Amino acid sequence: MTLSSILIQLLNGLASASSLFLVSAGLSLIFGVTRIVNFAHGSLYMLGLYGAYTLIEVLGRTPLGFWSAVVLAALAVGIAGVLIEVLVLRRVYRAPELFQLLATFAVVLVIKDIALFAWGPEDLVGPRAPGFDTAVEILGKRIPSYDLLLIAIGPVVLAVLWLLLTRTRWGALVRAATQDREMVGALGVDQAKLFTSVFFAGAVLAGLGGALQIPREPANLDLDLAIIADAFVITVVGGLGSIGGAFLAAILIGVAKAFCIGIGTVDWFGLEISFSKLTLVVEFLIMALVLVVRPYGLLGKPQAVQRIAAEPSPPLTAPTWKMALVWMAVLVAVPLVADRYVTILLTDIVCFALFAVSLHFIMGPAGMVSFGHAAYFGLGAYAAGLLFKQAGLPMEAALLLAPLCAGAFAIVYGWFCVRLSGVYLAMLTLAFAQISWSIVFQWDSFTGGSNGVLGIWPSAWLADKTTYYYLALACCGLGIAFLWRVLFSPFGFTLRAGRDSPLRAEAIGIDLRGVQWAAFVLVGALAGLAGAVYAFSKGSISPSAISIAQSTDGLIMVLLGGVETLTGPIVGAAIFTWLRDEVARRTEFWRAVMGGVILVIVLLFPQGLVGGLKALALRWQEQRA
Amino acid sequence: MTAVLQVEGLHKAFGGVQAVADVSFTVSAGEMLALIGPNGAGKSTCFNMLNGQLSPDLGIVRLEGRDIVGLRPRTIWRLGVGRTFQITATFASLGVRENVQMALYSHAGRLRSMLQRFGAAFRTEADALLSQVGMLDQAERTCGVLAYGDLKRVELAMALANQPRLLLMDEPTAGMAPKERVALMELTAGLARARGIAVLFTEHDMDVVFSQADRIIVLDRGQLIAGGTPDEIRNNAAVRTVYLGGTH
Repeated sequence: MTLSSILIQLLNGLASASSLFLVSAGLSLIFGVTRIVNFAHGSLYMLGLYGAYTLIEVLGRTPLGFWSAVVLAALAVGIAGVLIEVLVLRRVYRAPELFQLLATFAVVLVIKDIALFAWGPEDLVGPRAPGFDTAVEILGKRIPSYDLLLIAIGPVVLAVLWLLLTRTRWGALVRAATQDREMVGALGVDQAKLFTSVFFAGAVLAGLGGALQIPREPANLDLDLAIIADAFVITVVGGLGSIGGAFLAAILIGVAKAFCIGIGTVDWFGLEISFSKLTLVVEFLIMALVLVVRPYGLLGKPQAVQRIAAEPSPPLTAPTWKMALVWMAVLVAVPLVADRYVTILLTDIVCFALFAVSLHFIMGPAGMVSFGHAAYFGLGAYAAGLLFKQAGLPMEAALLLAPLCAGAFAIVYGWFCVRLSGVYLAMLTLAFAQISWSIVFQWDSFTGGSNGVLGIWPSAWLADKTTYYYLALACCGLGIAFLWRVLFSPFGFTLRAGRDSPLRAEAIGIDLRGVQWAAFVLVGALAGLAGAVYAFSKGSISPSAISIAQSTDGLIMVLLGGVETLTGPIVGAAIFTWLRDEVARRTEFWRAVMGGVILVIVLLFPQGLVGGLKALALRWQEQRA
Repeated sequence: MTAVLQVEGLHKAFGGVQAVADVSFTVSAGEMLALIGPNGAGKSTCFNMLNGQLSPDLGIVRLEGRDIVGLRPRTIWRLGVGRTFQITATFASLGVRENVQMALYSHAGRLRSMLQRFGAAFRTEADALLSQVGMLDQAERTCGVLAYGDLKRVELAMALANQPRLLLMDEPTAGMAPKERVALMELTAGLARARGIAVLFTEHDMDVVFSQADRIIVLDRGQLIAGGTPDEIRNNAAVRTVYLGGTH
């Protein structure tokens, strides 16, 4: 690489870093004050892009039209943020943290369909910025002047934010709340107003970050989850709640990405390394590295101790054999009376039930929330498909070996993950899922790239849909029974004990990390089994099985049913899968309907469906007594 | 009497602040030794170096003759050190008996099994410990719903589960009503003498200290300024200065 091409890559990286910084700063601000991991933040960014596109059409492609469109779009997104806070999140601040997460998932679904309805499914390419549509020559290379403008905007916004945070009363409150929210509340500050204003500021930043991208990037419906992954990585690398950290991390990652594209394919000692293929992975590699060395990010501090201890988890009750047998009998009988369609839907449901139960195992009793559980489901599915297609193994062998492959990945990923806790842990799981997704997506020759693996059908004796359903029921049923059994074993009790009090666990001789690592591998393998069974039922597997959307589906299933009950995840998986299928057949806007249903449930049953119904039953009993 | 715990020349500095400087003492089997001192004297730092949470800059900590500096807390527990915490740490979602059973299972190295059902083994042992601390009638309750004083008792039962040679109790009666405090420490003292356990505890309640401790050592600004029987400490001029003020 010559000096001039290095410079070009550097400038390119800095230009993309600006928007990333704006989005991440907003996310960090919101998390710092409200402790909500706002999954809908990427959706706000997407709205910023769409909004700017439309406003420019209306106001005209003049400098005045363009810039007022950008500002208005950002402000409009800010108002959308306020609406989300006031209408949804304010009602669930007292609910368990995970339930707030579920609410933001629902908002993601709703916003995606609002965008689909308003702007349609096609990518929308915006105009160049009037006045900045030329290129500047630097060291003999041409650089878009708009990029230079973006490079300048990043530090300007950082400076403005810094002034706001250090020189105003609002800023002092925000900083104080980030450090110690309870104390700020105790001092008589109106928290509702503070939260709403912080949401407004955070949403404006996301909207501005989106609107500024309109000359560089077409508006499309996949931006929400794509950008949220980037923003998570940057806030975590920088340190949650640290604006300066977000700036540093955005530059680090923006530049690293640009260099990977710039370097291209390199020949090192006869080994061909394609750096451009690393682009999708590099930020997650940086994140994994940073978190292992500095568990709280570059400029982050350990989270303040919460004095009001969270409600301790209620004790788990073991399911009875009688109930289990009744349900098994029903599930075995259904295909005898129902049609083929129901059988296929039930096959999906049992696969997702095992997926959800394995996720529940790790996030509930083991206390380690995973945002990237689809990694193991997808890797299991791919392992099954590739062992069958590429290695030529019989289907039965592929099905049995696939969980071991997923478990093997969990050994590696888990080793890193159990070193962290809380939100940082969740983000790292997301990072590993994205790394897996990127590799599968890009390795065309082996995994089939975006097309996936096709033609993976079960052996002849299982070809009938009903027979395959029984196989799926047996595999997944045994998997669920095994996980439940483990929960009530000494190992399972150790996990619950470690979640309740890591300090006491260590003080009675328990190697908590080791136990958690083993649990990670166990659930990874079983999620892999669910994926493998699913792959053979569909006949094909695509990268979407490892996507963030698949991971969030799992979280929705668990949280919908209720994380504090054992049967909750199964009920959640069944309702979610069935509802999605029903709604998707009737309307193009199934996501909005799903999101709406989830929001209603969140607002009515803050303990999940099964938890809520149990509470209702209890109240009814008390009234009768 | 034989020394169960032997501490020699313990040093720890944070940045430029010498938190603990040249602290030496011993605790014998069956003895109740109180470590007292004003806030910020270095009691917690001292404690955390004994239980493996912090490692000292200098100094030797011997448990029955064996150097335990640099070992992890869980390893130190396996060598026979039980602990209770200033803010109780129990497993809130598990039952009282299950909490004690956890410690017993761990002591026997039987927590790895994934297929056995937890709770069948060590039931009688757990109940015996619970009856010693007066918690047997609440064995079926969940720890998360217990009163604070009762949690302290559960902690004590857990700390006794590995038949410890040494008990480290950091502010064992903090947050308890005055009557409960003396009762808990009388219970501890009785168990310690009967089983020959060495007990080192920190405490703010001077009634508890002077009525229950066999010996008292006093820490001020990181240094031991006095040591002796309760009567000796009561009449020690340096201790009076530290606690009651005066010219330094």
